[in-house]
Amino acid sequence: MGQPQDPRGNLVRPYAVTRGRTEPRRDIPIEAVLVASQAALQEARFAGHDKYRIAVLCEAKPQSLAELSAHLRQPLGVSRVLVADMVADGLLSLHSAAPKTGFAERMDLLERVLSGLRKL
Amino acid sequence: MDFASSERAGAQPKEITSAKIVVAGGFGVGKTTLVGAVSEIEPLTTEAVMTSAGQGVDDASKVPGKGTTTVAMDFGRITMADDLILYLFGTPGQTRFWFMWDELIRGAVGAAVLVDTRRIADAFAPLDYFENRHLPYLVALNCFDGAPRYEPDEVREALAIPAHVPLIMCDARQRDSVRTVLVGVVEHAMATLVAEQTGGFPAVVG
Repeated sequence: MGQPQDPRGNLVRPYAVTRGRTEPRRDIPIEAVLVASQAALQEARFAGHDKYRIAVLCEAKPQSLAELSAHLRQPLGVSRVLVADMVADGLLSLHSAAPKTGFAERMDLLERVLSGLRKL
Repeated sequence: MDFASSERAGAQPKEITSAKIVVAGGFGVGKTTLVGAVSEIEPLTTEAVMTSAGQGVDDASKVPGKGTTTVAMDFGRITMADDLILYLFGTPGQTRFWFMWDELIRGAVGAAVLVDTRRIADAFAPLDYFENRHLPYLVALNCFDGAPRYEPDEVREALAIPAHVPLIMCDARQRDSVRTVLVGVVEHAMATLVAEQTGGFPAVVG
């Protein structure tokens, strides 16, 4: 890993913090929101620098994957691998992105978003 | 998560739903300005790294000496309730990064295609893209100072925008104007959903 003669060269360098893994353990939408409890934050101290920073951000305020990637100045794919690990390890809870099926559920969400926009 | 629920006394953690609206358009058309006009945070930038192994989504030979290309997307956030957050994502300016558009529109409520009347042709690619995806969208004409004024019908004809797609004028710098655009996107999404449900709407090609 990371040797100059690695045939993958630049392709894997952004993924050094994930130890070269580019596939997340589960797919996480870019807008999905993540939350860390205080207990999880304590546990994340032992999970490494990058994961701890993610836990700190998500304990302070619910954050989307996109926000985490922006705050950590990491490519989206790198943050996604780390976040997926943390969800699997119970360090973050993954909240739902918009429902994709079901007329009533989708209409209910649209109505709530509409009323939120009108209050802006 | 068991420990999460016992963490804060008495407060059952609420499931937070996040929704997103996509803002598309050519480079420099004002997407980030539009997002910033309503976002509660300064627009943030997230980057996706595309490898040249990306199944022909990009021509790596155009980027000499680089195995990767970085695609930047600006986005903003509106917290609507403690259990509802709306995100606004601007598409990458260069329409050749379709792979990122596909990720952005997945699960989106709808989209607005922002058009600069000085460079109408820049809107063709985004319009084509949405016309071929199963996502409700509208067209918003960004009225820059000194930009040529066209009647909405002229623009609709010039860009061959289908009759069922709403077209509105806006000023991407003005909060009220941007709110009107976003309300329009959601109302159009609702109308599309109802029409699909009742079968009274021509099916969109997925």
